[in-house]
Amino acid sequence: MALTSVLAAAQSAAPALGPVDQQHLLWARELQAMSFAFHIPLVCFGVGFPAIVLFVEGLSLRTGDPAYRALAKRWSKAMTVLFAIGVVTGTILSFELGLLWPGFTGTFGDVFGVAFGIEGTSFFIEAIFIAIYVYGWERLPPKVHLLSGVPIVVTGITGSLMVISVNGWMNHPVGFDVTPGGRVTNVRPWKALFNPNFWHEFVHMYFAAFMVAGFVVAGIYAVSWLRGDRSRYVRAALAVPLTAAALAAPVQVLVGDWNGRTVANYQPTKLAAFEGLYHSEHGAPIHVGGIYHDNKVKFGIPLPNLLSVLAKHDPNARIQGLEEVPPQDRPPVNTVRYAFQLMVGIGTLLAVLGVVFVLTWWRHGRLPRTPWFYRAVVVAGPAAVVALICGWVTTEVGRQPWIVYDVMRTKQAVTNAGGLPVVFFGMLIVYLGLAAVAVWMTRRLAARPPEAELSDTEGAPWPKPA
Amino acid sequence: MAETCLILALATLTAYVVLGGADFGGGFWDLTAGGAQRGGPLRGLLERSITPVWEANHVWLPFLLVVLWTAFPRFFGSVTSTLYIPLFGATAGIILRGTAFVLRPHATSLGQARLFGAGFAVSSVLVPFCFGAAIGGIASGRVPVGNAGGDPWSSWLNPTSITVGVLAVITGAYLAAIFLAGDAERAGEPELERATRRRALISGVVAGAVALGALAVVRSDARELYDGLTSGAGLALVIASAILGIATLVLVWTERLTVARFTAAAAVACVIAGWAAAQSPYLLPGELTLDQAAASNATLVALVIAAGAGLALVLPSLFLLYRLVLRGRLDQPYQPLDMRWRS
Repeated sequence: MALTSVLAAAQSAAPALGPVDQQHLLWARELQAMSFAFHIPLVCFGVGFPAIVLFVEGLSLRTGDPAYRALAKRWSKAMTVLFAIGVVTGTILSFELGLLWPGFTGTFGDVFGVAFGIEGTSFFIEAIFIAIYVYGWERLPPKVHLLSGVPIVVTGITGSLMVISVNGWMNHPVGFDVTPGGRVTNVRPWKALFNPNFWHEFVHMYFAAFMVAGFVVAGIYAVSWLRGDRSRYVRAALAVPLTAAALAAPVQVLVGDWNGRTVANYQPTKLAAFEGLYHSEHGAPIHVGGIYHDNKVKFGIPLPNLLSVLAKHDPNARIQGLEEVPPQDRPPVNTVRYAFQLMVGIGTLLAVLGVVFVLTWWRHGRLPRTPWFYRAVVVAGPAAVVALICGWVTTEVGRQPWIVYDVMRTKQAVTNAGGLPVVFFGMLIVYLGLAAVAVWMTRRLAARPPEAELSDTEGAPWPKPA
Repeated sequence: MAETCLILALATLTAYVVLGGADFGGGFWDLTAGGAQRGGPLRGLLERSITPVWEANHVWLPFLLVVLWTAFPRFFGSVTSTLYIPLFGATAGIILRGTAFVLRPHATSLGQARLFGAGFAVSSVLVPFCFGAAIGGIASGRVPVGNAGGDPWSSWLNPTSITVGVLAVITGAYLAAIFLAGDAERAGEPELERATRRRALISGVVAGAVALGALAVVRSDARELYDGLTSGAGLALVIASAILGIATLVLVWTERLTVARFTAAAAVACVIAGWAAAQSPYLLPGELTLDQAAASNATLVALVIAAGAGLALVLPSLFLLYRLVLRGRLDQPYQPLDMRWRS
């Protein structure tokens, strides 16, 4: 592997638009990161939430219980607002690929573009059927209405799959050659699309989506539960998303292990940054906490041999350290390291929470009784979002200084345009405003009584609170 | 293959201008509808019309971006880096428009509705202007090949850009008025139908005048573009667009609104095709030809396959959506917008 990276580095691609002199590289990176950090939780709702909503609608069709119907209708309204914000923030991202990284799109647009073509198609169909689904309540026959939601679930998956394919490709670029002059030639777009990172990154993100959507939604209703509301409506609104998230969380630990081993294989420098491992060694440890300084981790709690176990499933395996690449090829270690540890830490706690829930359900056939469980669920929502963003920071900052791993540096791809700090703060205001209205909107939706969702002609009479 | 991809891009652009542009045009009429009470009926009609379709209409834009950077990466990188100010302006406007529009129905008071409405309406004018100005910069040859190679200000603050920006705003408004008149007819609101038809006729005349004026501006500001528009295929398409534009006015006048939707869309298509013909074979006039800009053949083939398969799924879905909408299956009950907060 070391040999091939040396070869690839020797064949770095030259930006097709000429050399770059950008003093604001960090601003461009921060702007891109901010845009992703805002959009990715919405993607999780696009991937995970429609399936949960459809499940509840299916329950309402099977049981005729108006509480399920009211819940599915209420959620579909929240889904439209989240989707709309996802549409606009996603559009911003596709613009930013050109606006911030013209050297990237200008040089490699033809290599990874096809994936985005499929993503665009998915996005399109999603937008069409969300409209039909949300505005079709009471207007379409019940089964047709349920069916109209299926394309939303499918396209939510295919769309994110394609974006992840591009990300996987940036981390493991294949499907093109670089001439000695640095020109990109012999493009094989399908090979780039189905790159070796395709499956494990996708599965990791897919489970993350269910964890984020499930824990966030369940957390909102856990608040009502803690306030003593035990209605069928709140019970369903809590149990359904919580079940999805609780099943996903323990599996995610295994998927994460698969991801870690792939990184160890293809991006050993990134793996070294996860731990802050400077010297290559056999039986490498993991330090919990601490700080990476002067080529070693200080003040951390060492767990001997753990890195070798995780990366290679062998306690004495040799792990390549940061020393094996020149300093300018190393990612910022502390950022990557903290993000990685936070992701793993939160992920583990969420997995424990999921196991508690599943075991209680399995052994006693009921929800847990202790209020501490529900307090944990309230915290689990935001925690899952933090873990999600940390995961992306781990893989994307860990990819630095490369935008296309071992082939093109981020600083070769950035725009020459001035004014990036101004744009950054302008967009910061826009995103803060968006976050504020999203919170306002959720509270506003939740403030109305659930039976207000149903028209007079719909379903059985609203049940008395139990 | 490069030509096929260019046609794909132009068709996508046309769809975005006609469908997405009309949604922005709706925002123009929202902005100019008058006070809450006087403008209430028109705003209510507008909201009812575009609520189920605006997201689908918007997706033509990211689709267009993808086609451009995949098929013509150097063109895309040059354009986005030079024209970053109007393009960032458009993205901020896109966020504001979409968010304000979905939130307005959830406002708790007329004051909040006004605030969201203002965000929706102002950004609906900003976005088409920014895109129009960017197109003007490309067409007048102010975008060189390179990473931010052109002037960040004069590339879009120039006579051609400003004229095309204004033309984009007014064209959207014209299309919106035609579509709204049809929707008012379907909603059984004759008074609104008259009001929107009047708006369609006025904005149609203004759009025609601006288009003629634009030719004069282009003649002095971008002579090569003018020569392209007044000879050969460019001229034929300009004339076709003028005929279709006049035909649309007659159809609106005589209340044949369904046909008018299609002639208006065809007129827009002719303008876009005319622009492409006028600067052919260049994508960036004087700098980059279509063949120089095109990606490798393998990519173009893959893009055409992916886009073709995609459109084979998207177009029937879109047809289903529009049919449900036009048959009133997704219609929400009509109500003047201000009445919602006055009960």
